[in-house]
Amino acid sequence: MAGGDTYDEMLGSVSAYANAAGPLFGNAETINHAYRWIREWLDHSPPEVMAARRRQAELFFRRIGITFAVYGDPDATERLIPFDIVPRILERAEWTKLEKGLVQRVNALNAFLADIYGKREILAAGILPEPLVLQNAAYCLHMAGRQPPGGIWTHIAGIDLVRTGPDQFYVLEDNARTPSGVSYMLENREVMLKLLPELFEHVKVAPVDTYPEMLLETLASVSPRGDRAPVIVLLTPGRHNSAFYEHSFLADKLGIELVEGSDLFVRDDKVFMRTTEGPEQVDVIYRRLDDEYLDPLVFNPGSMLGVPGLMAAYAAGNVTLTNAVGTGIADDKAIYSYMPEIVRFYTGEEPILQNVPTWRCREPEALGYVLDHLAELVVKEVDGSGGYGMLIGPHAPQATLAAFAAKLKAAPEKFIAQPTLALSTCPTAIDAGIAPRHVDLRPFVLSGRDGVKIVPGGLTRVAMTPGSLVVNSSQGGGTKDTWVVDDWDAE
Amino acid sequence: MLSRTASNLYWMGRYLERADFTARLIEATQRLAALPSSYGGATNAWESALASTWMTQSFAERGLPINEANVADFLTLDTSNSSSIRSCIETARANGRSVRTALSAPAWEAINTAWLEVSRWGPHLQNRDELEPMLELIKLSASAFEGAAQRTMLRANAFWFIFLGSAVERADNSARLLDVKYHLLLPRGESVGGSLDYFQWTTILRTVSAMTAYRWVYRDSVKPWLVADLLVLSRKIPRSLASCYEEIRRILDLLAAESGKRGPAHRLAAAGHARLSHTSIDKVFEEGLHEFLTSFIVENNKLGDAIAKQYLF
Repeated sequence: MAGGDTYDEMLGSVSAYANAAGPLFGNAETINHAYRWIREWLDHSPPEVMAARRRQAELFFRRIGITFAVYGDPDATERLIPFDIVPRILERAEWTKLEKGLVQRVNALNAFLADIYGKREILAAGILPEPLVLQNAAYCLHMAGRQPPGGIWTHIAGIDLVRTGPDQFYVLEDNARTPSGVSYMLENREVMLKLLPELFEHVKVAPVDTYPEMLLETLASVSPRGDRAPVIVLLTPGRHNSAFYEHSFLADKLGIELVEGSDLFVRDDKVFMRTTEGPEQVDVIYRRLDDEYLDPLVFNPGSMLGVPGLMAAYAAGNVTLTNAVGTGIADDKAIYSYMPEIVRFYTGEEPILQNVPTWRCREPEALGYVLDHLAELVVKEVDGSGGYGMLIGPHAPQATLAAFAAKLKAAPEKFIAQPTLALSTCPTAIDAGIAPRHVDLRPFVLSGRDGVKIVPGGLTRVAMTPGSLVVNSSQGGGTKDTWVVDDWDAE
Repeated sequence: MLSRTASNLYWMGRYLERADFTARLIEATQRLAALPSSYGGATNAWESALASTWMTQSFAERGLPINEANVADFLTLDTSNSSSIRSCIETARANGRSVRTALSAPAWEAINTAWLEVSRWGPHLQNRDELEPMLELIKLSASAFEGAAQRTMLRANAFWFIFLGSAVERADNSARLLDVKYHLLLPRGESVGGSLDYFQWTTILRTVSAMTAYRWVYRDSVKPWLVADLLVLSRKIPRSLASCYEEIRRILDLLAAESGKRGPAHRLAAAGHARLSHTSIDKVFEEGLHEFLTSFIVENNKLGDAIAKQYLF
């Protein structure tokens, strides 16, 4: 469905690129006011200049050392994520609306998590089927009856949004566990400021470099101890993790210790780190480690990455983990399909952000429909992430469809299906010039005792392959700098 | 050592430091000026940059509007501005060349290489693109010279005079930078009017490359009085007034150890060092940050004069 009617954020339609004659985009109108400077710049930048900029950008990223690892690819332990030098633009008014929707949605998510691990009112009200929650593999029994400090569960959420028209935004995923990518949001801006300062002269872009400050405040606000400045650490699985660069980057920006499991120990239900000056008690752990590795005494006994006794200290209220344990259930794609109801139930308001229509294959009627229309749909595992294990019907050969149908019939409760959305495109620099490429947007939403905060914009991911809808970096997707534009020169 | 040699080395240290500071200041100002006005993206960012280099008056004499193109050109390339980056590098290299034998070969080559690059610069900035590589070059050259000197020069008078110059200049630069923004740096407890000033404070930190250092020292969100504390009293960052005076005192002591003589420069340095050691940022705010900084700049100038007098420059 990524055909001629696809919405382009600069020109209104991808077909405008094809009709271009003369300067880059011919007579095509720029629909978004804020894109005019970008278009001007693209119109006046010859291909060799663009090529030089792209090389320069790559050099910057190499020098910074911002790399990630792709699992299962022995040659790619330190790979660069492709960076596109054409920024993606949102006008302030567009952003303000998104921001409201994000705050509403994250508030609802926090209330939902507090409820299903607490009084379970939403189940009593019959809004969600009980088995979907209580028998869900991602429902953490250990957390039942517990409330983390401040009642906040998902301190850092990375809500994935896609766009299909001028006012049509959809939430694709909530990423309430441990969303990554914020280092790219920050470094993309740094590189753009160095690479193309002349663009910032005309277009006034809302800054993103307050993120570390806001994150630090959020983490400090949920400290279990009020009597002193909290000791905060970032817990990483280590340098072999695909997001290790991001872990070290954030720890540095926040001025907190980057620790591995073995740097921590638990005594008397308190967590300490081993320092040259003896044990130092830790109050908040920003963990970039999945639940199941956190504590070998409670979860996976084979985990060498966690800290024995950590969950006991957590239960005793002596340490805060961000995000809270058990938030993974909110990432379940069958639960996701109930988000409109969840938002209404906890906020009493209509959801501002739309969900993508979703068929829950666990329901026989839906399964029948999905099997009949497999070639038109996107099918995902309910607990999948990173673009792994999903089927994109329109792009799949017949044999793959047949194999997937068999998988669906064998375990329907493990899958959901959605229509193939015509994701919006943005102008993107490619070897042959400028072309439309599909994008999504991941804003990072912070929840602390002092409320919900969002840095304007977020991470724009772009599918670098023509026509591709898969933006995940593990699948060859790239990133763009995202600009929320406040004002610009009239000329 | 010849007085003339000492003077040349001392001024070489000062001019290199000034070039490096100016490069950082331009970068941080660009960033501030690029912000939307709703974030305090100050239209007067470039005025502040001029004020931080004490160039407001000499720029005004040119009758040009204060904007990025004009101010950046003035601070980098203008040959009639004796403190432009180009002038600084030229003066530093001329100083170094006339006392070539006092420098180790790698140290001399570092400064000569910088000068060769700078001499290829055009008379004026043609476009914004040129600026970034120029500023990168200056920062890199300053590090290269300092590194080469640290690694290869004899620990003797020549070495000490260069770094004495750097430290005196650095103290002056940091104090001026803070003084231009003193009205935005409020004492603890005073209301700070939202986060509008946040970007002004972080601009100060960025100018001295201390944004990340701030967090490691205070483990706290950016607070104006802590920004002042970091730049005035903290021993942990090399560009604070306290660190500069520790360095000045140490070097003057080493010079005295060699010559066996102490003089007014030693007394002034010790007094300045003591003033910074026996105070707290709360006391500084009580006295008034602006008054404190102004008097510091005056005293620092007196120290510069005393050094010149004592060593017969």
